[in-house]
Amino acid sequence: MFREIRPAIILLLLLTAITGLAYPLAMTAIAGVIFPKQAQGSLIEKDGKVIGSALIGQEFKEDKYFHGRLSATSAPDPADSSKTVSAPYNAANSGGSNLGPTSKALADRIKEDVDKLKAENPNASVPVDLVTTSASGLDPDISPEAALFQVPRVAKARKMPEERVRQLVTEHTQGRMAGLLGEVRVNVLALNLALDAAAAK
Amino acid sequence: MTVIGWIQIFLYCAIVVALVKPLGWYMTRVFNGESTFLSPVLRPVEAGLYWIGGVDEKREQHWLTYAVAMLLFHVGGFLIIYGLMRLQALLPFNPQDQSAVAPDLSFNTAISFITNTNWQNYGGESTLSYLVQMLGLTHQNFLSAATGIALAVALIRGFSRSSMRTIGNFWVDVTRCTLYVLLPICVVYTLFLVWQGMPQTLGAYVDATTLEGAKQTIAVGPVASQVAIKMLGTNGGGFFNANAAHPFENPTALSNFVQMISIFALGAALTNVFGRMVGDQRQGWAILGVMGVLFLAGVAITYWAEANGTSTLSALGLTGGNMEGKEVRFGIVASSLFAVVTTAASCGAVNAMHDSFTALGGMIPLINMQLGEIIVGGVGAGLYGMLLFVVLAIFVAGLMVGRTPEYVGKKIEAREVKMAMLAILVLPLMYLGWTAVAVVFPPAVASMANAGPHGFTEVLYAFTSATGNNGSAFGGLTGNTFFYNLTLASSMFVGRFFMIVPAMAIAGSLAAKKSIPPSAGTLPTTGGLFVGLVVGVILIIGGLTFFPALALGPIVEHLAMNANNLF
Repeated sequence: MFREIRPAIILLLLLTAITGLAYPLAMTAIAGVIFPKQAQGSLIEKDGKVIGSALIGQEFKEDKYFHGRLSATSAPDPADSSKTVSAPYNAANSGGSNLGPTSKALADRIKEDVDKLKAENPNASVPVDLVTTSASGLDPDISPEAALFQVPRVAKARKMPEERVRQLVTEHTQGRMAGLLGEVRVNVLALNLALDAAAAK
Repeated sequence: MTVIGWIQIFLYCAIVVALVKPLGWYMTRVFNGESTFLSPVLRPVEAGLYWIGGVDEKREQHWLTYAVAMLLFHVGGFLIIYGLMRLQALLPFNPQDQSAVAPDLSFNTAISFITNTNWQNYGGESTLSYLVQMLGLTHQNFLSAATGIALAVALIRGFSRSSMRTIGNFWVDVTRCTLYVLLPICVVYTLFLVWQGMPQTLGAYVDATTLEGAKQTIAVGPVASQVAIKMLGTNGGGFFNANAAHPFENPTALSNFVQMISIFALGAALTNVFGRMVGDQRQGWAILGVMGVLFLAGVAITYWAEANGTSTLSALGLTGGNMEGKEVRFGIVASSLFAVVTTAASCGAVNAMHDSFTALGGMIPLINMQLGEIIVGGVGAGLYGMLLFVVLAIFVAGLMVGRTPEYVGKKIEAREVKMAMLAILVLPLMYLGWTAVAVVFPPAVASMANAGPHGFTEVLYAFTSATGNNGSAFGGLTGNTFFYNLTLASSMFVGRFFMIVPAMAIAGSLAAKKSIPPSAGTLPTTGGLFVGLVVGVILIIGGLTFFPALALGPIVEHLAMNANNLF
């Protein structure tokens, strides 16, 4: 049995070096050359400043922008580091609400949001993804229904014709991969950037 | 439920099944020590490792030596992770200046990774430096997976050999698995993931100014290289807190689909390795058949439950299923499928928050883990868990017809059945025992995020996941407390090693037996009758063990939900 001690130490260290250092560092180097944009986080720059990542949702509150999904992410409380405070779309601390199906807190929250949305657009039925939190708190997408639901508000705030805004939504609706995998969706940041660009014209 | 949803599910199954034979063929060659198309490149590396490590690759080990070597290897792995976490503030590759991790959390995480559990009491992007992610976690993702596969192969050798004292050489099995199977796939896989949008950088987190002028700090890192082995090795510990739900850890529907395939690929292929090594591939297909029946039943229930949504949503007229805790790009079907896949195997990665699943939708992942993750299973662990149930099923069948039970030419006798029962009983002892303690211990109760039966399920899920070495969670439970760090670590430890050592004892005892040719009285173990028998034994043993606990958790919650009782 004692002769197993030498490989237990030496093989472990060598395999650790290969899989824990050589492999990730080599992959970082190769990926950085072949896919530099993705490797850095698919960042979007505007006027030389990073305004976000194409893959990471960000918080939108103003009426003139399409809003993303609810986010349950948090951040350490500046007043007391042992506690946390709500910080939607905190991309340095991902997470979901973890509220269960019989949670009263969840039921109350959804009801309140449904009432708010019904007041904003009484003519359409409320899409479920607009009143539920995403798993990561950073979901970059909403469903096409959720985007179309917001068209009247956005058009009014921007004084643009609804038809034009609806057309932008359609242009930014991504289908299933190969018509099969995943879900039909709209990237909120991309849509809002297009909206800004259209307004600037 | 939609047609396109079911098409995705069947496409998934078809691809997994199509990979079984080629991967099984390749892995059989690797573990038989034959040369492969990668040998010209890797053989010198392999030989060099043996030379420096003092390993004689021709010398095989008795099962006890094999088990001791495996345990020593894990002691070393534990020390590396624990040391790195405690010292991370002083070490390089720490652009965010993460401070040292607390002793109990480091202990929990180190146990978690050497047992292939990868329970996340740590927060990923908010707790760990890049060095810990790479040198600590990525390395153990490889080695704990390689260990699982090595152990499964050793057990298979027990069945396939005749009158031998040895079951292989642990060092050779682990090294060959790492070099020839895991690393080459991960290199290609990492590049695919980066192409799909996964970051792979050593740079610091990025500060962005959003369109509305707010500041957003975006965590990045060497994500892809870790995620590749996290999925392929059914480890499941996330680079980020939100695991595979995080857009950087699972950017697209395609990356999600491939990640699900990679969870099952090696585990499913091991059934074919088994068939090839015992000389009859149909034996492997029969085992995969048992897994397939249980898997599809689970998928159907979870998909149905999540698509139906909750009474809260339907009362408000919201349709489209239970989207709380799910991502739009995956939707209901890919989230439900992922949840069943990750718990059928011992992976534990999540692309949706299981805590927010409906009561029945969340019960299936729980049941999958309580059965011991034998449906495909973790790399290796699933196969030996399943073979333990096969031993029991054969024993039960032998009792019925009054003959000494046999399986693939080996007589199954008292010693094998005792060891199989020991391994199968130790799991419920841990998860039911600790759950019982936790629900009467006030500080442990305070960790629950949800009230009512759902809070109970959170605790039951945590201990089940830890004991089953899964690592997925009902994430609302605050697990990073002294009580849970220690009790969960003990569950992970017992769940891993008290299963492995009896399995190795069976391997040793079987290898020493003579192979006997099948006779007219031998129960055929390749047909539908056998598949039905094993499924029945699994469900009866499983059901008797954990049904009472399920009745207190998800079942009563489902009834409460239908009666509109909120907590």
